[in-house]
Amino acid sequence: MSSPPASPNPDDHTRRERIEQTLRDADRTRVALYAILLGLVGFYLAPLEAGLMTAFKTTDAFNRTVPFFPPVSGGFTFEPWEIAFDAMSNALINSLLLAVPATILSATLGSIAAYGLTTIDWKYQMPLVALFVAGIFIPYQAVLVPLSRLYAIVDTQELLSFLWGLPLMHEHYASIINLIVTHTAYGIPITFLLFRSYYQSLSGEMIEAARLDGASVTSIYRNIVLPLSKPMFAVTLIYQFTQVWNDLLFALVILPSGGGAAAPVTIALNSLTGGIVESFNTQMAGAFVAALPTLLVYVLFGEQFAKGVAGET
Amino acid sequence: MQRLRDVLRRLSPGREADSGDRELRADGGGATATAERTDSDTRTGRSLLSSDFVQSMPFWLPPFLLMGFFVYGAIGWNLVISLTDFEGLLLPEYKVSEFDLEMYREAFSDPSFWTAAQNTLVLLVAFTAVCLLFGLLLAILVDQEIRFENTLRTIYLLPMSLSFVVTAKFWAWMYNPEIGMVNVTLRQLGLDFLTLQWISNPDTKLAAVIFALIWQFSGYAMVVYLAGLRAIPTSHYEAAKVDGASTVKMYWRVILPQLRASTMSAAVVLMVFALKAFDFLYVMFGNNPGPAADILATLMFREAFGSNNWAYGSAIAIVLFGMALAVVAPYLYSEYRRGEL
Repeated sequence: MSSPPASPNPDDHTRRERIEQTLRDADRTRVALYAILLGLVGFYLAPLEAGLMTAFKTTDAFNRTVPFFPPVSGGFTFEPWEIAFDAMSNALINSLLLAVPATILSATLGSIAAYGLTTIDWKYQMPLVALFVAGIFIPYQAVLVPLSRLYAIVDTQELLSFLWGLPLMHEHYASIINLIVTHTAYGIPITFLLFRSYYQSLSGEMIEAARLDGASVTSIYRNIVLPLSKPMFAVTLIYQFTQVWNDLLFALVILPSGGGAAAPVTIALNSLTGGIVESFNTQMAGAFVAALPTLLVYVLFGEQFAKGVAGET
Repeated sequence: MQRLRDVLRRLSPGREADSGDRELRADGGGATATAERTDSDTRTGRSLLSSDFVQSMPFWLPPFLLMGFFVYGAIGWNLVISLTDFEGLLLPEYKVSEFDLEMYREAFSDPSFWTAAQNTLVLLVAFTAVCLLFGLLLAILVDQEIRFENTLRTIYLLPMSLSFVVTAKFWAWMYNPEIGMVNVTLRQLGLDFLTLQWISNPDTKLAAVIFALIWQFSGYAMVVYLAGLRAIPTSHYEAAKVDGASTVKMYWRVILPQLRASTMSAAVVLMVFALKAFDFLYVMFGNNPGPAADILATLMFREAFGSNNWAYGSAIAIVLFGMALAVVAPYLYSEYRRGEL
């Protein structure tokens, strides 16, 4: 959101003057302000910083040093990372196999649904829009029992081989497909809302002009709306990727026997045994391994993530 | 020809960047946003494609069917299951004549249900209220034309990009009574008397959870409020200054009332987050957080997936759904009325 203010502000000048006045008035207030802001940085980063330090400490060093401090002489080790990575590498692949298709599918479906419901004018349009948007606010508990029952009776392996004559795939992939379908379906409401507010801001004149030039609804989408949607796809994909990557609940309910070979990183991290004090360094390393992709996405595209978050309201 | 030129002009990169910036105003911009949208609506004429209703159906119908099946179909199915007494293996037998509210009666007469309901309410209200307050303060601080604003905002919002599983792992360690950072820091500061068994002590358990969740989500409230603050015309600040209002008075009397839309939308979304706090509790405490921190979501999960009391779990889920509906429906309705959907 560092981009210029959303709506053109004619008062920019006076705003700056007001702020300059404040500056002259209260230098000490400025100092206090920066001190508070810096303290808040500490508040938000302290757990992460201490966790990172801990993940590089031997159990011994970990027990005798202050959590904030870097590993002291001889206390430095990569071992927690090796253990965590070994335990979670399979789950990292599962999470990628899950999050990438689910993200792309839900963004695409949200985009076409928003296009269909924003550019047409129809008596029953608003109730449909409301039904789409209300989906964002569903507490997932209200669908867990049906979901678990659904996947208990639907055999995805058989279904796919029956429908498309595909050879029977491994059960592992069938479970991941179940999760992809679920995440796609529950991702549609938020992607729909994000794309809808974007398409509302696109010019209708342009679409009208294209129509008068004889373009069909489909070709308008493909040739005009879709290319213009690139920035919004970026926002949506980043936001959805984070959501799917971070999910625990659906994986717990949908995957058989506590995740098994198809477990995503959230489940793998949760089962990276806790309890015993000694393993805190491994757990912290595991937490960073699980968080690395979303942290990376966030550091690289924080702006777009913030837009997605704000668009959720 | 004129039209074609119009299309080309609008397809130019400058135009694209412009519309790329504008979608942000959706987040509680209030009056300005509405005015702007109405303007663009009248300009474009919304019925351009009205004759293409059938043509547009292929666009929204498949996503709607998929989403509707999983969201509304599943909730309906959940409702039906909650009317049975299903505890079996695969699927309940649906005998309409035997549908009753037995599971709801059972829940309402179960003390642990009421404990969980009470904790859920405490979590909802305390978490949302503190997050809003804290987020508002953060937004006001960040809005003072400070340097490094982007960096600070990024840092404050960072925890939100992490999963509940990751943050629960961090805080389980932070709260560890022996080597956790909270107690270690207190001891370093010579405040030994303040050290507590944060997450095993029933008195502090729920508060500790709420505090960690505030750490994770207050940045979100900040982002929403910041957008709201930036939508307020500067003249309002000035008018207050001219009238001789102090800074505190200005924010309280002039600015805060104009942030109602931001507060509403942030509150609703934060409450939805709070209802999803299941993941956090599940990682921190396993299947049973104990009466001090048990919420309806964890109770529901334990009953349905721990003990196969599917019907009972479904009934609790419906209660939870009702709570969400009570919060969200009025909000969505008011957005709908204001044409903000």
